[in-house]
Amino acid sequence: MTESNGYFLKVSNLKVQLQNETILENVNFSIKKGTMLAIVGPNGAGKTMLFRTLLNLVPHTGKIEWGEKVKIGYVPQNVSVKDIPISVREFLSYRKGADIEGALEAVKLDQHYVMRKTLSVLSGGQLRRVLIAWALIDNPSVLLFDEPTVGIDIGGEESIFAMLKDLKQKSNITLLLITHDIHLVREYTDQLLGLNKCTTFFGNSQQIAEPALQQKIYGETVCLAP
Amino acid sequence: MIDTVIYSLIVGIAVGFSAGYLGSIMVLEKMALVGDALSHVALPGLALGVLLGFNPLIGGFVFLFVSAVLIWYLGRVTKLSFETLVGAAFTLALAIGILLYGNRLDALEAALFGDITNVSLTYSVFSVIIAIIIVLLTHFIYRNIVLSLISEELARSKGINTALANLLYLLLVSVTVAVGIQVTGTLLVGFLVVTPAAAARIISGNLSRYLPLSAIFGAVSAISGVLLSTSLNILPGPMIVISGVAIFVAALLYRWRKKIMA
Repeated sequence: MTESNGYFLKVSNLKVQLQNETILENVNFSIKKGTMLAIVGPNGAGKTMLFRTLLNLVPHTGKIEWGEKVKIGYVPQNVSVKDIPISVREFLSYRKGADIEGALEAVKLDQHYVMRKTLSVLSGGQLRRVLIAWALIDNPSVLLFDEPTVGIDIGGEESIFAMLKDLKQKSNITLLLITHDIHLVREYTDQLLGLNKCTTFFGNSQQIAEPALQQKIYGETVCLAP
Repeated sequence: MIDTVIYSLIVGIAVGFSAGYLGSIMVLEKMALVGDALSHVALPGLALGVLLGFNPLIGGFVFLFVSAVLIWYLGRVTKLSFETLVGAAFTLALAIGILLYGNRLDALEAALFGDITNVSLTYSVFSVIIAIIIVLLTHFIYRNIVLSLISEELARSKGINTALANLLYLLLVSVTVAVGIQVTGTLLVGFLVVTPAAAARIISGNLSRYLPLSAIFGAVSAISGVLLSTSLNILPGPMIVISGVAIFVAALLYRWRKKIMA
């Protein structure tokens, strides 16, 4: 599939099997450029594995078709910074040709305040923003964000999503977000992918408000036909 | 006599500096005991050198090198940590080494505690060249390893081959340990990759300070240890360790003082 056909990313019959265990099967969805897609599903549904697969880090079958020469930015759910004395400047300078000031500005962080701080002393929200800045440095066309609001207070969650939406509007970046926050999904994202080893729902994010859909996504698994 | 002291100092600085630099990764990886335990794996190789009449350090290096590759491979296959695998290997190697040495107690003592006073000009030049290569290669993989410590997925998503970086790192540790054995012996060489970096870690707020300090503390430990051993006419290995521990204690006091003043 190419973008001329209307899709930025098309995933068809994706299957991931590791050590004889099926992690993902019958995963199908497609999105247009500039879409903010929320990926929801119960724990162990394979959401993070879907990201790993899109990053080409795990063997898989089926098709992953990007509509253009894609540059992927990735923000993982868990990072281990507690025992590493690395400052924000040092971390961001690990990217070649890094425009550190520009990246921090894009994620609305005061560079004078955070630049010399070590990652381990940042608040959860600040650390997530630094990780986004890291991912944004080489102007990716798509950002994969695993649980943007993990470890962040309620006000912080809202501001991270608002910042991502602002980013999308400014640069037309495509965003794929794994999240559990139904309110934020409805408020900020465009499309919704329900995942429970297979695609259980794919459609408009607004529909997440319907209890029947929530039951469908988080309840007994019924895979959608490809 | 003066020549010997100068050669000893050159080897000490080279080994201390490179081991300290490399050891800074080990402390970040919480693998401090790996360097220590890995050093004992060299013992059977050193013993074979003595028995078969070739340079024992070559035997030690070959054993370390093969063990490092084997440990790396088993780690990938079994998913066991390096610490577990090294822990399993080192006691076996120690036992085999001691059996192979038999009653050659002088050679065993040199292997266990080092003999820096017998270094030649050739060996000191060799150790400097090796130290430069180790520091350069460590610098080359440093970012990759730090990124993989923060998040392996993050590193891999940027095309970093974390497995290869770990293999190269283990090989560098093996070379450092092999060269360092002449300085402190297999029993104490682990010190050089652990304590200077630990001292640097407790007084460093960022990597730009931590890395050079680890290397400098390693070199200073070696210099002061060699000078003390020469003036007191005792084994250099233990004196290098004592000097390094003194630096560690000084770093601790510096940190406490800083906290009190803050």
